[in-house]
Amino acid sequence: MKFGIVTFPGSNCDYDAYHALTDVLGEDAVYLWHKDHDLKDADVVVLPGGFSYGDYLRAGAIARFSPIMQEVAAHARTGGPVLGVCNGFQVLCEAGLLPGALVRNANLQFISAPVRIRVESTETLFTNRYEKGELLKIPIAHGDGRYFAPRAVLDALEGEGRVIFRYADARGNTSADANPNGSERNIAGIVSEHGNVLGMMPHPERACSPLLGSDDGVRLFESILARVAA
Amino acid sequence: MSAVAPRPGDPAITPALVAEHGLNALEYEHLVAMLGRTPTFTELGIISALWSEHCSYKHSRPLLKTLPTTAPYVLQGPGENAGVISIGDGLAVAFKIESHNHPSAVEPYQGAATGVGGILRDVFTMGARPIAMLDSLRFGSLDSPRVRYLFAGVVKGIGDYGNCVGIPTVAGEIVFDGAYDGNPLVNAMCVGLMHERDLIRAKAEGVGNPIIAVGARTGRDGIHGASFASEDLSAASDAKRPRVQVGDPFTEKLLLEASLELIKSDYIVAIQDMGAAGLTSSSAEMAERGDVGVTIDVTKVPTRESGMSPYEILLSESQERMLVVAKRGHEKDVAAILGKWDLTAAVIGEVIAEQVYRVTEGDTVVAEFPGSRLVTDCPSYSPEARESPTVRGLREADPTAVRERPEEQDPLWTFEQLLSAPTIASKAWAYRQYDSTVRTNTVIGPGGDAAVLRVRGTNKALAVKTDCNGRYAYLDPRVGGRIAVAEAARNVACTGARPMAITNCLNFGNPTRPEVFFQLKEAIAGMGEACRALGTPVTGGNVSLYNESAAGAVYPTPVVGMVGLIEDLSYVTRATFRQDGDAILLLGEMGGELGGSEYLATIHGAVLGPPPACDVAREKATIDALLEAIRSGVVSSAHDCSDGGMAIALAECCIADPEAESGAEVDLSRWGHLPNRALLFGETQGRFVISSQVPERVLTIARDAGISCTRIGTVRSGSDALAITLAEGVLRAPRSMMRRAYHDTIPGIMSRAPERAQQAEIGVGGH
Repeated sequence: MKFGIVTFPGSNCDYDAYHALTDVLGEDAVYLWHKDHDLKDADVVVLPGGFSYGDYLRAGAIARFSPIMQEVAAHARTGGPVLGVCNGFQVLCEAGLLPGALVRNANLQFISAPVRIRVESTETLFTNRYEKGELLKIPIAHGDGRYFAPRAVLDALEGEGRVIFRYADARGNTSADANPNGSERNIAGIVSEHGNVLGMMPHPERACSPLLGSDDGVRLFESILARVAA
Repeated sequence: MSAVAPRPGDPAITPALVAEHGLNALEYEHLVAMLGRTPTFTELGIISALWSEHCSYKHSRPLLKTLPTTAPYVLQGPGENAGVISIGDGLAVAFKIESHNHPSAVEPYQGAATGVGGILRDVFTMGARPIAMLDSLRFGSLDSPRVRYLFAGVVKGIGDYGNCVGIPTVAGEIVFDGAYDGNPLVNAMCVGLMHERDLIRAKAEGVGNPIIAVGARTGRDGIHGASFASEDLSAASDAKRPRVQVGDPFTEKLLLEASLELIKSDYIVAIQDMGAAGLTSSSAEMAERGDVGVTIDVTKVPTRESGMSPYEILLSESQERMLVVAKRGHEKDVAAILGKWDLTAAVIGEVIAEQVYRVTEGDTVVAEFPGSRLVTDCPSYSPEARESPTVRGLREADPTAVRERPEEQDPLWTFEQLLSAPTIASKAWAYRQYDSTVRTNTVIGPGGDAAVLRVRGTNKALAVKTDCNGRYAYLDPRVGGRIAVAEAARNVACTGARPMAITNCLNFGNPTRPEVFFQLKEAIAGMGEACRALGTPVTGGNVSLYNESAAGAVYPTPVVGMVGLIEDLSYVTRATFRQDGDAILLLGEMGGELGGSEYLATIHGAVLGPPPACDVAREKATIDALLEAIRSGVVSSAHDCSDGGMAIALAECCIADPEAESGAEVDLSRWGHLPNRALLFGETQGRFVISSQVPERVLTIARDAGISCTRIGTVRSGSDALAITLAEGVLRAPRSMMRRAYHDTIPGIMSRAPERAQQAEIGVGGH
């Protein structure tokens, strides 16, 4: 399987995603340049973390207009898998491929910390290798990660089983204390209506080695492989 | 030589103007003799920057020459943008530390941010990809709203810049002490990794090769930043806020990628950051290293605004700019690489055979200096050095004569006070704002003794740390200089790394005062002694003088940035207790020295006594014994015993890592001859707290090395306390109390007050 990792000017987790996919998972991966209109036959598109266009104006607001995003949107519309992590999640929301928005963290500070997220659904392209209710230890590193959407949208997301990850404590409780950034309903990751687009603030590509503290992110990529290869 | 005439509209050269440019009579005479005529305004500006303390090292150069700088693995010592050492496998590490004290004192956010940007550029211009940032920070007391404003601003500035560029900030230190009230210290260190074959030096070569300005355009910001950094801070400093540059980390990220591509491309011969003193110093330094002449036409420099004078263009410190010497004929190739990253490149001059530094405005020569040694032609000084009698008196005072406070009857009270002292307490409030895991190499991040980064493609890792105890250096600069190196080495060794080399950042007061020059001289001598004993040469660094405000000079603060190498990932060792039932050992002597301790400062507000002795040969032997034990696989955890002494080191081993807390039972009653406060809080050097499953092996290794080692207790994971048995009674510290004291102190202080003091309250050195 081939992964295409988009490099916007200011992306800084593109290399980490590349390393996780090639060195850890042994898959084929290519970088996709923001000025191009070519997905290079990638089966799965990854929008990595970073500060695309410096996050000027608003995180993700400029990146959505870059040439490559037209191809990413077309890929998503035809059911192609797209994973947006951190800044990638922000770009997906700005591009309208996912509902809602990521706003400034509730404490108004950038937060870099290992957090726990609870797997809410294993029925998706991205989570079929996890157990429902399983707790994953995955780092976050963001200043604008507070998920926000109108109540009706949140209710719809919940009703359709599209909330995939929630921030939780070590016992699995999705309490306010376990919510690092003030996200509505502790939401850490959601999928699109057809389940082929995932946006999440925590960084699964940074959780691919026990040496670095966790390899809980590996199964997210293995889930995609299991489903897309099948 | 060509004719150089004053430019219409330039001010006349008067003694007042010369003084305003920071040149003394001797330097001005030297300049006139060098030119054989009166300088033009542009020339005066150039020399003002190049001969500023910041660029010329005129008070420190002779002293710095005494430091050891070589080892078989040193590929590049002092004098370049950054030092470089080989770590085997064809790989090398470039690293350097630099101060941004003065800008941060008046504009903390931009001051700190641009400090990060500048040091990143120093490292990637060597051909290395930055892999880690460290920050050594010192502020006044957090009781002051002004200090909280500075602390919050500096931390946010560091975070916003490094996070955006995507370089993890992994280690450092933060110290709070009234000595830094009017003059915070902000030192940033960058570590980069490279293939040895990609090493490039900032040396202009090849007559006819074009000189190209790349990156951001030149604006009017930061003019005279280097000179500003070379004078005392005063109430007037606030008015110099416009001299502080403004950073753009997004452009930096693009410049980083473009520069690394350029270096790999073979189209260029040299590259250097336009840092302090901007275009002037970068071009003069590159010419000097290559022993060539250069000519630059300021009208070719891309500017942000029209009407900028040659003086302004030459002295601007606009950020995110580079000066490149390209191979002739490859101008378009260079521009194409920059263009890919939406950056511009403009040919602004060339390398010439004539030994001259020439600046033109179109066809008119506006500045011209003979020779190619413009920077080192500055006179250097070795003024009088004399210890302050006041400081000598403090050092000679007997710390045991300080009467105990009534509350100290209960050592638990003292223990809690120290554990919650801001200098000792957890700094997670700050480092949670730094992305420490991007680039996925961080094996041990902030909060440990040193940070550890894996080296991809090998089984090795790097350990990095900054250290300095300014209080020790104040009381005895020679001992303080030694301890700064030794402590950094110990911290790096705790992770399993062999200390390799250092970069230093010497933060001192006004060197023309004999007591300050004495401190500088002694501290450098002490550092040299420790570096020689430990086998860690100095590969570069930075000197920041004139760190003085109305309140006086800061403590002499010779910060050390250490790089260590872990030969095998299986050696990586953490600071906190890992496993129930492990034996706890003290490697080193108990000692009990209280002079200059955190105990005296926090509990008694006293800074006195001789700082703890530092026997550098013994330090080396102790570190070697620790490393042998670690490599033998018998060490579960290792922690340096420093600020706050044995009791605080034990507490940190129990609760510093919220993910792996434990309790412990420790018996120190065998040292019953020591008073409790000396036993618990004394800061004797050369000590480690180790935990081990096979203590006999550790004891044997230490005995063979001739180093004292004592089993002092047992790790009790299930226990809810640290219990220390004393000659009389037991100090029982509940985990909940330790957790609160250690982890909640700084967040508590920072949330209780407005984060930003009102501008009206600001007056540098005003209180």
